[in-house]
Amino acid sequence: MSRYLLRRLLQALPVLFGVSIITFFLLELAPGDAVTATIAARRMENPSAATMEDEDALRKLYGLDAPAYVRYVKWLSNIVRGNLGTSLLPPFIPIATRIGLRLGPTLELMATAILISTILGIIFGVLSAIKQYSWFDYVSTFLVFFGISVPSFFAGLAAVFIISLKFHWLPTSGYSTLTKEFTALGGFLDHLRYLALPAGILAIESMASIMRYTRSSMLETLRADYVTVARAKGLKERVVMLRHALRNALLPVLTIIGMRLPGLFGGAVIIESIFSWPGTGTLYMEGVQAHDYPLIMDMVLISAVLIVIANLLTDMAYALVDPRVRFD
Amino acid sequence: MSLPDSGAPFAPHKRQWRTLRRFLRHRAAVVSAIFITVVVLGAFPLAPIIAPQGPLRMTLNAAGQPPSAKHILGTDVIGRDVWCRVVYGGRVSIAVGLVAVAIYITIGTILGLISGYYGGAIDAVIMRITDTFMAFPTFIILLCVVTLIGPGLVNGMVAIGLLGWTGTARLVRSVILSLRQQDFVMAARAVGVPTRRLLVRHILPNVVALLTVSASFGVAGTILTEAGLSFMGLGIRPPTPSWGNMINEAQSIQILATLPWLWVPPGLMITLCVLAINFIGDGLRDALDPRMTLG
Repeated sequence: MSRYLLRRLLQALPVLFGVSIITFFLLELAPGDAVTATIAARRMENPSAATMEDEDALRKLYGLDAPAYVRYVKWLSNIVRGNLGTSLLPPFIPIATRIGLRLGPTLELMATAILISTILGIIFGVLSAIKQYSWFDYVSTFLVFFGISVPSFFAGLAAVFIISLKFHWLPTSGYSTLTKEFTALGGFLDHLRYLALPAGILAIESMASIMRYTRSSMLETLRADYVTVARAKGLKERVVMLRHALRNALLPVLTIIGMRLPGLFGGAVIIESIFSWPGTGTLYMEGVQAHDYPLIMDMVLISAVLIVIANLLTDMAYALVDPRVRFD
Repeated sequence: MSLPDSGAPFAPHKRQWRTLRRFLRHRAAVVSAIFITVVVLGAFPLAPIIAPQGPLRMTLNAAGQPPSAKHILGTDVIGRDVWCRVVYGGRVSIAVGLVAVAIYITIGTILGLISGYYGGAIDAVIMRITDTFMAFPTFIILLCVVTLIGPGLVNGMVAIGLLGWTGTARLVRSVILSLRQQDFVMAARAVGVPTRRLLVRHILPNVVALLTVSASFGVAGTILTEAGLSFMGLGIRPPTPSWGNMINEAQSIQILATLPWLWVPPGLMITLCVLAINFIGDGLRDALDPRMTLG
């Protein structure tokens, strides 16, 4: 098994390297650099303050006039040590700080969504498979198709329209009610009202694919020989289902869940924007709209690295759980 | 008299008919195919007839009107007819879907063919490059690229096309790998068929079925992606209508609440078209080869 893991690790390294190169390349493509912004800000205050010589001198000071590969190494060594650079625009806040501030809400939103969608998706998928061809199955399958066809932003807006504007059950956007004072518990409950809609919409989206995969995986498992053997042995149907069939059916679903984990960082850009959720998704959009390239690239890099790591961990977990993978 | 499907390239006429009949057995797929045909006809050739007012004509004194006899779906905030914008918006969404998928299927197939056929170091390199591209979350990297090269119709098509080939490359590669072992390839090589000809005339036709199914699901996904980009303001720019950017207006609570005819029709159109294309893809997959798994 360690040979398999070693092989996977060695495969992941060039990918990480390639990811950093592509990100740096994109950063290079972006017009201007850290110095351009500082000079522009200076010039706004005092038009004659910064000259071409000043700009060149500043570049030399920061080592920004070195050839690309030198700058790449410097950039990479900074990133690895946790120095993600500073925002391109005033006020020049360190990017790591900005991301740190927004990470909490996104983690909360995505974790809730992943939890709900996984639990409900698996339950409905399994039920669908057990009751194949029943009305439950047909309705769920249709809902699944619908779920993967509806654009998330449309579903979000429709939900806001119906639930917030027509029925006034939940607020339309935001993180918490700013105009009232709450006790700790009251504040938490109030916050939950804001969490419900965005998490719900996100959950519905991913629930569809989890349900689909669970269903087909379960169907396949139920046809397997060992399930027939278990039944023939006289085991109670519930034991057959849960202990034998479900356990094995859930293996491919593990991969899907693993792939969702990087979303805990990047969040859902569109849903966060619609609901004005103060997370990393909206931070990314702010960066995009302001053309804050260091911020954009840092977030792209982190997201990609997380995906590579998540892939690796998922494969390892799979190898741990499914002995067939290790020995082939 | 049914010959086993040995993968020989010159399949008898019968096979095409059999495929068509299998497709026609899927009610959902057939209904969807009819629906999509109607939509495409409406968006492209028949647009000037069914939407004569055009998507850009503003009548400011009739702004914000609900659906009426004169404006079937009402007017938007600056007096443009919503129905016309939906019809012409369809052009954009469908065009982006088709062009972007065409781009990435081409790139993906070429890379997958090379990788799968030659194997060895070339395969390893191409697969690592594919893994690297796959590591970037699609929407995030798209937003990044569009920020760099600017928004717009062509830029959107190119960006989606240049980033979406990874799945296809992997798919084609795995098909090639499994086909390589088969007898007819060894026989062709033994007879001395040159490599390129082998690839194009013998192996490629077998990959076509998989590509067709993959492409149809790809068009559905691309329509959703383009809609998302336009919704965030980084896809097709107004005043050109796109279903995505029409929904963008609904981000203001006031419009969301008081002018639902502005955002519900384009949203429904996206949903229905994507649903239909998904059904068609499903139908195609079952018709072409019921055992097909797309990896």
